[in-house]
Amino acid sequence: MPEFELMELLDVGMKETKSAVALISEATSPPCQSARSLLERKVENEHLSGHLPTHLKGLDETLCGGIPFGVLTELVGPPGIGKSQFCMKLALSASFPAAYGGLDGRVVYIDVESKFSSRRVIEMGLESFPEVFHLKGMAQEMAGRILVLRPTSLANFTESIQELKDSILQNQVKLLVIDSMTALLSGENKQGAQRQQQLGWHISFLKSLAEFSRIPIVVTNQVRSQNRDETSHYSFQAKLKDGLQEQTKTYDSHLVAALGINWAHAVTIRLVLEAKSGQRIIKVAKSPMSPPLAFPFHITSAGISLLSDKGTELKGPGINTIHARGHIDMINFHGECS
Amino acid sequence: MEAWRLALSSSIRGKLISAGYTSLSSISSVSSSDLARDANITEDEAFEILKLANQSSGSNSCNGNRSLINGAKNAWDMLHEEESLPRITTSCSDLDNILGGGISCRDVTEIGGVPGIGKTQIGIQLSVNVQIPREFGGLGGKAIYIDTEGSFMVERALQIAEACVEDMEEYTGYMHKHFKANQVQMKPKDILENIFYFRVCSYTEQIALVNHLDKFISENKDVKVVIVDSITFHFRQDFDDLVQRTRVLSEMALKFMKLAKKFSLAVVLLNQVTTKYTEGSFQLALALGDSWSHSCTNRVILYWNGDERYAYIDKSPSLPSASASYTVTSRGLRNSSSSSKRVKMM
Repeated sequence: MPEFELMELLDVGMKETKSAVALISEATSPPCQSARSLLERKVENEHLSGHLPTHLKGLDETLCGGIPFGVLTELVGPPGIGKSQFCMKLALSASFPAAYGGLDGRVVYIDVESKFSSRRVIEMGLESFPEVFHLKGMAQEMAGRILVLRPTSLANFTESIQELKDSILQNQVKLLVIDSMTALLSGENKQGAQRQQQLGWHISFLKSLAEFSRIPIVVTNQVRSQNRDETSHYSFQAKLKDGLQEQTKTYDSHLVAALGINWAHAVTIRLVLEAKSGQRIIKVAKSPMSPPLAFPFHITSAGISLLSDKGTELKGPGINTIHARGHIDMINFHGECS
Repeated sequence: MEAWRLALSSSIRGKLISAGYTSLSSISSVSSSDLARDANITEDEAFEILKLANQSSGSNSCNGNRSLINGAKNAWDMLHEEESLPRITTSCSDLDNILGGGISCRDVTEIGGVPGIGKTQIGIQLSVNVQIPREFGGLGGKAIYIDTEGSFMVERALQIAEACVEDMEEYTGYMHKHFKANQVQMKPKDILENIFYFRVCSYTEQIALVNHLDKFISENKDVKVVIVDSITFHFRQDFDDLVQRTRVLSEMALKFMKLAKKFSLAVVLLNQVTTKYTEGSFQLALALGDSWSHSCTNRVILYWNGDERYAYIDKSPSLPSASASYTVTSRGLRNSSSSSKRVKMM
């Protein structure tokens, strides 16, 4: 509120208003920390300095340990590429005891499109961590830690996450998976600005949830084709005659991540899964601490595994475009879509 | 000037006006005891009013009795100031060139771009580079990093700090070949120690923090850069009343400008993008609207051009519009390897 108006309301002089505002501001301001203390706290208190390992060596190295705590990580890609498979593996990883590199905690898995399969999760566990899974009762305990929610509407989902906020710490929830965010929003009938606002609320809520409880939140997103009249240029770019302008026109029909640009800004890490000439690739499209690397992968009974731990570095347009060519011919593992 | 414009509490103002003192000239020509008697206020209050009245009329040039306006500087003196202005390097010399040497202190610079283009990277790089000691051509200052989105990854700051120290050591080794190499005193952890990190979780906290910064910086005078990553986030989703939003944002911009001038530091505001329907198609534009776009002194837009990241000076009082390429490496921001593509001027 501007100071003049405050003075009107409270009927005090300028000096008093100024000092009142200053005091209140100081009290409301967030506390100051040095970056160094941030680092030290992370290293001391958090498992693997605040990362959930994906057990994909190349990816974990690039992400400085794994999926980071406290922020939103997005998995985006065309249907059937392996997003849900990836999520299921992560859920497993989080439920594992610390001795085996897990977070030893519960997982809340929000399964909007009924893609979660317990049978598949146990199969992944048996194949990738046989020493653990063959122990008596382990499978049951691990599976028991993964709580699956199937919300029937966005309102339902909103209620559930609000409930979750209060009980996260007590119930040792160490990972939240939302598969998929797009499906949740597409069920609603609102359009345009109202829809943006709804999404906006969820973005703020999820981010603060992640940060407040220091857990990783993994969200999957779908793709859509880019509209003809959409550009990714600024008005001044038309004036800067770089010959490359011509090239970009051929990108008209490629796929982009759904949910819009606001969402794209809000996620901290964006992992894109795509298929190019029959080869599936996972690439780190947005990450504050990694270069844009792409890794080829395939899906086996043990879940997703990288074909090479050495990623190829991507150039500009390759980072943000999503390919789905040559994908329809690929066998869907066990006939299940992911 | 009218008396009701004075910065007084409403009851005192009411008394003044009902006593017949509606213009400044009527107030300044009377003594404090007369004023106290007429308006039914205490002598102290009357004295305060007179002081205020004199201040206000001093800055109003149509009064005529004052030849110099309080607080004005002549352009010649300002030229000297502008030239000796310290600048913070971005570690990318092409970028520094189009910026006239680096991010200027005493100014508010807005940097915007699509997700993933490197805004946070530039923010972290600047908060490390401001600490480069004077012997190496830096400012030897500290940094305030205001994080509204949680994008500050401390591991990345450590990487960049380590690279900075290594570069300084290499430079020392090179320059002092004939002397005993001066060990660089700074260690990466020290650099992290000098970044004051604030995590802002709502727009109320953001406004409160901006108000509080004046006091904080007075107590920590070596802060030379304030980075806000990003100013947009809380204002995009939680604000329903656009008119109020515009007002709050322009006040915030003003406060930042005051801070920049008062403490001679650089303020860097990172902004997001949105799509705007102009000239018959959807185009990218920086978020927060048209009125915000007037608030910052300098504006730099980061964008993709083919394979490379580019920065474009969109708005600046003294620099020509130009673009330059840069890359983000594991060591931070650097020149792109194809800097044979010269800086493009408009």
